[in-house]
Amino acid sequence: MSPLLHVSNISKRFGGFVALDGIELEVQQGERLGLIGPNGSGKSTLVNCICGTLQNEQGEVHFDGAAMDGLAAHQRTHRGLARTFQLPRPFHSMTLADNIRIPMLFTAHKRSGPLHADSVDARCVELLRLVGLHDKARQMPRDLTQVEMRKLELARAVAAEPKLLIADESMAGLSHSEIDDILALLRQLNERGITIILIEHIMSAVMSFSQRLAVLVTGKKIADGKPEDVVRNPEVVRAYLGE
Amino acid sequence: MNTIKFTLICLLVGAAVFVGGHLFGVGYLFFAGYTILQFVVLASAWNILGGYCGYVNFGSAAFFGLGAYTTVFFYKFFPLPIPLLIVIAAIVCGVVGFGMGYLTLRLRGAFFAIATLAMAVVLQTLVVNWDYVGGSRGAYIVRDEMIPIFGYSIEYIEYLFLLMMAVSIIAIVISRTIARTQLGFGFASIRDDELAAEATGVPTLRLKLIATTLSGALMGMAGAPFPYYIGYLQPASAFGLEYGVNSIAMPIIGGTTSWVGPLVGALLLGSLQQIATVTISSAVNLLIVGLLLVAFVVIAPNGLVGLVQERLKAWRRK
Repeated sequence: MSPLLHVSNISKRFGGFVALDGIELEVQQGERLGLIGPNGSGKSTLVNCICGTLQNEQGEVHFDGAAMDGLAAHQRTHRGLARTFQLPRPFHSMTLADNIRIPMLFTAHKRSGPLHADSVDARCVELLRLVGLHDKARQMPRDLTQVEMRKLELARAVAAEPKLLIADESMAGLSHSEIDDILALLRQLNERGITIILIEHIMSAVMSFSQRLAVLVTGKKIADGKPEDVVRNPEVVRAYLGE
Repeated sequence: MNTIKFTLICLLVGAAVFVGGHLFGVGYLFFAGYTILQFVVLASAWNILGGYCGYVNFGSAAFFGLGAYTTVFFYKFFPLPIPLLIVIAAIVCGVVGFGMGYLTLRLRGAFFAIATLAMAVVLQTLVVNWDYVGGSRGAYIVRDEMIPIFGYSIEYIEYLFLLMMAVSIIAIVISRTIARTQLGFGFASIRDDELAAEATGVPTLRLKLIATTLSGALMGMAGAPFPYYIGYLQPASAFGLEYGVNSIAMPIIGGTTSWVGPLVGALLLGSLQQIATVTISSAVNLLIVGLLLVAFVVIAPNGLVGLVQERLKAWRRK
């Protein structure tokens, strides 16, 4: 079976700085992939290149059997790629329900044909219920706590009915129980058939969640395989702990 | 309330104002009312791009002046009835708005504002150097005293007032319709966070181009009848600073997130300016605008509409 996402030989530089250097990555349908790497290793740049926020200079991104290169971010979202941002970026002048409504109107709508206004409303509440925010549907993002903000970010990405969800550090700065909350949520989404790439620094979370682990260091992928094997890889150990 | 009902109500209110003024029989009311309505159009048009999408356009005068000079051009070339001129100005300014959007929308914030301001200067310079439409000397437009409509003969200024009333209603209905549809949600997502909007599937560039085109076209419609109103048009008055400043100040004072704000702001500020022109001098107009703008930015950053909404919310909580 061909992979859902195939990133081949992607490179991206900012001026003289090489942020990504010939990255190869495959993600299978339904997989849970963990992507780790020290700060500045190019994880977010890779996400940006996959999602179209940045355009890579070299290499190709294939998703769901089609080339993504040259497509704008919103076009990739329409084809089933969704992401969350490292720092939550809610639409701050809208209620939570309306935050969810945007991807429903502009992406889900587009794929499944026009929905009735009532069914959009119902679906908004349903998605907020999934992340446990349905009581706050009419509140504004500024009223939320950090963990709720991350949940809103996830709910908004899921509202676009993605095939692949890239969660970019959805747990940074959260407490243990909050991390468990988010992990349970991601597992639940995965069980619904959404392929997930989890980018995270918190190793316990990554290890318990991922079926496979890829490691980026200074723009290069240095390891890719079973999580328990990868963390024992001497190169990975050196990258994290030094010589 | 659906759009058709709303439009009918607007038409009724407009007709009532017109008939009332007509029975009152004071020509000056129409003269002053025209200017106020013109600002209703400009403010509503500015708000589509500036309020809904968050792109502050300092170049409203460019579109207004372009609309006015479209009329001057046709007055010399082949005189047409004003309603047709309004349509032509809408097309010309819509196209220019689209072009401006395409060239400048990669800029944000202050950079976008400066680019639009520059466009007004460029257009004014072009007109100043174009002899056919009068160049820097300006152009005279001679209009009749009376004009027959539907068998009645009414004064020309009343006719212009009626036209501007119609354009205002068009602008308000468009502005309100946008805010209530998918387009309005898309615009708001762009205003809040463009990157997140793209990531959730909003085609931001396309929506922004729709906004600049619509906004430009409406501003052109406001400018098209202006030469007939003023009688003598020169570049400095068509591309005047007051249009750019007022188009920004009125929505901000009224409130930028809904269609009501620009309407309220334009009616309030427009009337104030007309009163000041009669009682003090037209030179204080911009001073009034400036002072009110500063006051509102400090006291009510969400405009009058925002202020009322907050009060209502607080009152409900009690």
